[in-house]
Amino acid sequence: MVEQVRKLLDRKLKNVQELEQFQQTILKDKDSSQVTVSVCGGTGCRASGAQDVVDAFSEEIEKRELQVKIDFKETGCHGFCERGPVVVIGPKKIFYQHVKPEDVPEIISETVLNGKVVPRLLYTDPATEKQITHESDVPFYARQMRLIMGTNGEIDPTEIAQYIAAGGYSALAKVFQQMNPDKIINEITKSGLRGRGGGGFPTGRKWQSCRTAEGDTKYVICNADEGDPGAYPDRSILEGNPHSIIEGMIIGAYAIGAHQGIIYVRNEYPLAVEHARTAIDQATDYGLLGENILGSGFDFRITINKGGGAFVCGESSALIASLEGKVGEPKAKYTHMSERGLWDEPSLLNNVKTWANVPLIINKGADWYSKIGTAGSKGTMIFSLVGKINNSGLVEVPMGITLREMIYDIGGGIPGGKKFKAVQTGGPSGGCIPEDYLDTPVDFDELTKLGSMMGSGGMIVMDEDTCMVDVARYFIDFLKGESCGKCTPCREGLATLSEILNRITHGEGKMEDLQTMEDIGEILKIGALCALGRTATNPVSSTLKYFKDEYVAHIKDKKCPAGVCRELIEYEIDTDKCTGCGVCARACSTGAITGEKREPHVINKGLCIKCGACFDVCKFDAVVKH
Amino acid sequence: MDNTLDLAAIQTALEKSSAKVEALINSYVDKKEQLISLLQDIQAEFDYLPQETLVKISRTLDIPLSQVFSVATFFQSFSLKPRGRHTITVCLGTACHVKGGQRLVDKISRDYKIGPGETTQDERFTLETANCLGCCALGPVVVVDGKYEGHMTPDKLDKILKKYE
Repeated sequence: MVEQVRKLLDRKLKNVQELEQFQQTILKDKDSSQVTVSVCGGTGCRASGAQDVVDAFSEEIEKRELQVKIDFKETGCHGFCERGPVVVIGPKKIFYQHVKPEDVPEIISETVLNGKVVPRLLYTDPATEKQITHESDVPFYARQMRLIMGTNGEIDPTEIAQYIAAGGYSALAKVFQQMNPDKIINEITKSGLRGRGGGGFPTGRKWQSCRTAEGDTKYVICNADEGDPGAYPDRSILEGNPHSIIEGMIIGAYAIGAHQGIIYVRNEYPLAVEHARTAIDQATDYGLLGENILGSGFDFRITINKGGGAFVCGESSALIASLEGKVGEPKAKYTHMSERGLWDEPSLLNNVKTWANVPLIINKGADWYSKIGTAGSKGTMIFSLVGKINNSGLVEVPMGITLREMIYDIGGGIPGGKKFKAVQTGGPSGGCIPEDYLDTPVDFDELTKLGSMMGSGGMIVMDEDTCMVDVARYFIDFLKGESCGKCTPCREGLATLSEILNRITHGEGKMEDLQTMEDIGEILKIGALCALGRTATNPVSSTLKYFKDEYVAHIKDKKCPAGVCRELIEYEIDTDKCTGCGVCARACSTGAITGEKREPHVINKGLCIKCGACFDVCKFDAVVKH
Repeated sequence: MDNTLDLAAIQTALEKSSAKVEALINSYVDKKEQLISLLQDIQAEFDYLPQETLVKISRTLDIPLSQVFSVATFFQSFSLKPRGRHTITVCLGTACHVKGGQRLVDKISRDYKIGPGETTQDERFTLETANCLGCCALGPVVVVDGKYEGHMTPDKLDKILKKYE
């Protein structure tokens, strides 16, 4: 239908009026009796089998000739990845979880055609044990404020008309009709928006300095090199709503006077690359990218660059080096990127989430936007709430919500009745926050005060079975591998920290190691060339500050209290509980477990490699770890 | 990784290199700043970067071989060695780590006698690790030939891998 409408126009959208007419035509032609069926097609749900569900719907709809009655779409990420594949049936937004292809005929017969719910596919609230029918009532969603993520579940990201129908590109129309570059920058400044990539630099100020910077050519860049392990909001937005990024970038380019844009995206995100590419092609077809956009006289093009898989390339100067075809090594920043960036020209680099906020601010106004959040951090933030947590997925919350609300109200607490230990934010540059600080409001400044940081939105929950020394070792080993090696403090400092932490987790640590690690941390903070090295000590310093007793247990007692560090644990069979079923002996790859049938088994410690396979398979809790 | 160049072998391979690769490299003559993108295209073609292609790039685009080589070895997504018939990628992002991702690597290493970045002698599997695949809610995650498998355990992984010959 939409394609036919555009073919009638048979030309690019020439001006703002044509864009508005086009939007109205789509809305007018929309059949209000149609039932919307949205299947999440994000990478998370695809990993749980969403593609088969999509195929099943397509087949069933064709078989029963229901194309007119059902508005079927494969959308971007809905956020509740844990429960995927997720299907939402409108207009009341009935929420189905863990949907399988064989459920599809019943969903169509019962829910779509008869308005009845299929109880077995509903979400059950573990707290009340009640089944919940509608998406907005699911606790995971109820406490969120999904200003940016909300659109993901509404539109097919490969279809520009759906974005336009949902009000897309109206901010761009507003800009061309009512705002000059100064006014745009003023609005962004007034909104209080801060960079969502981790640094939290005021976006308006960055735009202003790029606008006033002298240069023949200016560039606008979207940083989608989401390297923080444990964070994936950028991937989901680029996959699920790529046009919001494009719209934000056009507005940014118009404000600073740039005509060339680049989306720098991780190679590990194939679907995001594909959707961004489709979106750019469609926007170009519609006259929203290219020459004389909407008759404004403004030209702007966007290309995609795929990163090569280097964490350090999230750092601005390393990202630029990689865009120039060089090794991703950071440079000392005597001048700012906004003055001399790509090819030494002024470059405006913002994170995916920052760009996604731009159309929202232009549409609704800085006054509205700045009412959301805390004094120093405005708007919402998208976190990937993952790890040892019941409801894991992507959550969008207003700045200022407490960690406790996020973990317990939205996240539903810790699985298996285990005890909360820490929450890690900010990726490898961040830190681990213990239970005592769970009532801290989440914003840029408060997290920094705790020795962690906002980062790019990773929020990894850890329980009593997580070893904090191992977590510190994990991050340091990660950073050691990702350090570009250019500056000595980072290259040598991280290698030494890694050597010490590996020694401690092997039970060979010394008490003086703790002071050495703090000293190295201080050197890194002042001596490293870029933020990777300067913040690299956070995982160590925060765990040393809040979980020193675990370090001491590893060093003095040669014990790993969480039972993670392999060299410090032993497996044993509790002869009272062992039924002699033999499952553990079959699972053991080294033949370390022996015993007669129906008699208690034993582990030969000389042969045991502590892989934990027996512990996993025992149904009687007879294998104990200590 | 063995980062040395066997020049004699390269020369022979260069003489045999396909017209397709040549056309691909030639298409970058005016945009040699997009070296990373070119290397990605070549890797998409061969699943790794044959050494003779690096030499060819250097000669055709007039970029020092040292620079081509440094870029090819700096970024994690490039491989200088041929891969096996199936690629197993184990995610070691933070969420996957706290949920036992390393144990999956250990299991594969034990069963198939390969470490990360290595290929089995029969060229059946190549084992790779990833910093984060962005499927954190499903951790630990393993990807086999592009197919994502969530909530993985050593036991489940064992059954899945047996399906790949």
